[in-house]
Amino acid sequence: MRNDEHPDHGRRHALECMLWAGSGLLWTVAGGIPRSSLLGSAEAHAQSAQGSFSFVHISDTHLGFNMAPNPDPVVTLRESLDRAKSFNPALMLHTGDITHLSRPGEFDRATQIINGARIETHYAPGEHDVVEDDGKDFYQRFPQGARTGGFYSFDQGGVHFVCLNNVTNLQAGKMGMIGAEQMRFLEQDLAARTASTPIVVFAHIPLWVVHEPWGWGTEDSAQLLRLLARFGSVTVLNGHIHQTMQKIEGHVAFHTGMSTAFPQPAPGSRPSAGPIRDLPPGELRKLLGINRVSRVQNDGALAVVSSPLEG
Amino acid sequence: MDRLPRRRQLLRAGLPAMLVAPLAARAQERAAVTIDEHDYFPRELRVAPGTTVVWTNKDDTPHNVVSTDNPRAFRSRIMDTTEVFEFTFAAAGTYSYFCSLHPHMRGRIIVG
Ligand SMILES: [Cu+2]
Ligand SMILES: [Fe+2]
Ligand SMILES: [Fe+2]
Repeated sequence: MRNDEHPDHGRRHALECMLWAGSGLLWTVAGGIPRSSLLGSAEAHAQSAQGSFSFVHISDTHLGFNMAPNPDPVVTLRESLDRAKSFNPALMLHTGDITHLSRPGEFDRATQIINGARIETHYAPGEHDVVEDDGKDFYQRFPQGARTGGFYSFDQGGVHFVCLNNVTNLQAGKMGMIGAEQMRFLEQDLAARTASTPIVVFAHIPLWVVHEPWGWGTEDSAQLLRLLARFGSVTVLNGHIHQTMQKIEGHVAFHTGMSTAFPQPAPGSRPSAGPIRDLPPGELRKLLGINRVSRVQNDGALAVVSSPLEG
Repeated sequence: MDRLPRRRQLLRAGLPAMLVAPLAARAQERAAVTIDEHDYFPRELRVAPGTTVVWTNKDDTPHNVVSTDNPRAFRSRIMDTTEVFEFTFAAAGTYSYFCSLHPHMRGRIIVG
């Protein structure tokens, strides 16, 4: 990884590779060669309908948030779940910040609403979910296969899914952190998989450096990429930055998802990363939504299409 | 560092007024840190021993205040908009802290 050899160069390279995209940008990774095409939603539907396996990526529901530009994220969560159900997904990945303030009532409300959608859902913790009492209220509710620390893996539809936690034990002045314990887990977990197995890694904070001054990246992501290097198709799904972003590095496709609650500014475009409060009327739902991920070919390629609530 | 909690416990235990009075008088000094735009204002604050520092979150994002010392000298709960955290610095020293939700947010209190 050139990130290791030349950290500064690698960072610049990462920024150059960053692609800004609105809805309907479809990435496929076939045989390690990424191709992108802008699709109308009909075309996107037709293409993904060929695949037998699809799932949904939702993130940053932030129940408990109640300010501009979205005084009631429950409504937009419900709309997002309606959209998710319309895709008839095999499962849903929630990449964290389920709640705004880690409060039990927020967790209860979120799970009540999300469970109502009757989609099998797997959760990764966001920093807003584990900020109090070592994450007690998160881990009490989302133990599905999780070890202490909230990381786990499972297989479905021929895809190997790995959930990582990069939001605990954050250090002052640093970005997200996976840590040695999870690296060991991952190394063992991946050892038994063939290189042709499609891998999906999901975690809250982006697993590549999006914007270091705002902490939008993960300190030890280069180590993670080394463990994933031998796999032909790796899809990384993250939240935290409340906007879609994509990057391709070798066989690894990185994607972030929108929030269902409020959008955040493009990196460095505003003094801070807080919610975009001054949205023109009618713009909010263009910046909120989910990702649909589907297996478009039989060779393990996964396509990620963002699906905003409007527009 | 462990002198801080012990002094607080003394006050709470309701010891004879003669013993408590000088501490109580010093604790009346207060200083403010404002949290806004994912930052602490001022980032560095100098206070006299015994000063109570009050952090107020004026941002529309929740933040907290977590000592970087090991063991931690203080740690606030998560502070939503308008919420407040206060801590009384009895002993001289430099106390660095950060926001565990946004670790790039850093500040320090210099007591002396
Ligand atoms: Cu913060
Ligand atoms: Fe978030
Ligand atoms: Fe987050």
